[in-house]
Amino acid sequence: MDRRYRFRRGKDRGMAFLTFLCTIAVLIPLFLVLGFLVRTGASALNWDFFTRIPGAAGEPGGGMANAIAGTLLLIGLAGLFGIPVGVLGGTFLAEYPNTRLSQLTRFTADVMNGIPSIVMGLFAYVLIVLPMRHFSALSGGVALGVMLIPTVMRTTEEIIRLVPQSVREAALALGIPTWKTTVRVVIPTAAAGIVTGIMVGLARIAGETAPLLFTAFGNRFWNWNILKPVAALPLQIFAYAISPFDDWHRQAWAGALVLVTIVLIVNVAARVAAGRQVKLR
Amino acid sequence: MVQVMEVPRVDRQAAALIDHTTGIQADQVHAWFDRLHALRGISMSIAERKITAIIGPSGCGKSTFLRCLNRMHELVPGARVSGKVVMDGQDIYTPGVDPVQVRRRVGMVFQKPNPFPTMSIYENVAAGLTLAGEGDRRRRDEVVEQSLRAAALWDEVKDRLHKPGTSLSGGQQQRLCIARALAVSPEVLLMDEPASALDPASTLRIEELARELAKDITIVIVTHNMQQAARVSDFTGFFLDGQLIEFGATNDIFTRPQDRRTEDYITGRFG
Repeated sequence: MDRRYRFRRGKDRGMAFLTFLCTIAVLIPLFLVLGFLVRTGASALNWDFFTRIPGAAGEPGGGMANAIAGTLLLIGLAGLFGIPVGVLGGTFLAEYPNTRLSQLTRFTADVMNGIPSIVMGLFAYVLIVLPMRHFSALSGGVALGVMLIPTVMRTTEEIIRLVPQSVREAALALGIPTWKTTVRVVIPTAAAGIVTGIMVGLARIAGETAPLLFTAFGNRFWNWNILKPVAALPLQIFAYAISPFDDWHRQAWAGALVLVTIVLIVNVAARVAAGRQVKLR
Repeated sequence: MVQVMEVPRVDRQAAALIDHTTGIQADQVHAWFDRLHALRGISMSIAERKITAIIGPSGCGKSTFLRCLNRMHELVPGARVSGKVVMDGQDIYTPGVDPVQVRRRVGMVFQKPNPFPTMSIYENVAAGLTLAGEGDRRRRDEVVEQSLRAAALWDEVKDRLHKPGTSLSGGQQQRLCIARALAVSPEVLLMDEPASALDPASTLRIEELARELAKDITIVIVTHNMQQAARVSDFTGFFLDGQLIEFGATNDIFTRPQDRRTEDYITGRFG
């Protein structure tokens, strides 16, 4: 065999091996984190953890039921604010791509995506906490909701743009007005993709801690009033992790495990939704 | 609708001259895509309840002209139209005329079958009605069946009306699109190379269907397949570089073209 050919083949195999190594390098930290979480967190997971609120400082026992509920409440509030703005904004960007306003909005969304999350917390603090003079679930929901907007908006835009022009034209040629074409034909065609974008966005904000520090604030008791401070898993994990008590440390690990599981479930659900997307290519 | 005088088919050229109840009159239609002057003054009369074919090489403006007849051209960003397109004595480009209303009267079938991907066969056909707020279920069922029958698809799909429209074969999808267009009872049906993505058997079915439909409605069909134009149409217009070079009874265009360029094109010397 030709020497130069063998050299090229060697290079080819070398590169293939390098890409394989890099893939493994990505997987290792993920599985280390998951494995470590399960090993340390699972021991503190018990029925109490899901049903009880935290015990008194230093005393063993108690759980994070209120924090789990609080996180779900905050995600719900964030979705309530973020999803409509994101979906409708994304629809606008996709259907009117070249107006001044849409260019500005697209740029703003991209910048917002890069803003540190604690700044979003400050924003909600100034906007809601200061005027109301106390921390609240509402302000935490707004902070997370604002963080949700750019993700949802941009994925909605991308997926709606994938809807072929021929589908729009089919509707318009039937004498269906433009707005109805968008609402009844284009958005349903893109629906599963939009839902996927929403879930990925929700999974991302579910673990946010910084924006909640001075908005939702945390709460050691049950609270369903959105105008009062509320517990959240990330906050509780943070508080327990820096505490001096071994039992709380274990509970912090358990909390982290639950949080990661929630995020994982949402991500898997997003995958399922994505699988239902009508093929657009 | 005006009852058209029954014209003997043998004398098509004469028919073109005496048929004054024409479906559509285009008068000096110009169209642009931004700077590109795609149509340069098209004037032609499209006969009611006849099939008019538009032939010509790629890029000659035949699809653009078709899209000017139901105000679809203006949907392309930067697109512009001037001139008159008169239906029932009214210019559809008069300010104040709602393009949505025009499109209800002038249906369209596209080159590639484009059923709504999220909708079932039934929903696809009913789409024009449901989205226009026709709430009566029984009336909808009726229209769906009629339209599917008119599109010669009913027998093939009657047992699976609630399967996705995209589950059909290409030829069936195209007939589904025709049924969908027919469901809103248009007066004119525009067909933009409706068979170019189909196999010969499906093509033939579409052509037979067009002949059948032309008993009730006016059809304008764009095709780059000259045999198709010869087989299916009553009148033929030959487009070149955005101009109507020749227009007349199909028989004459294909046997005694008056213009050298028409002759070159139909004998396959270019295009």
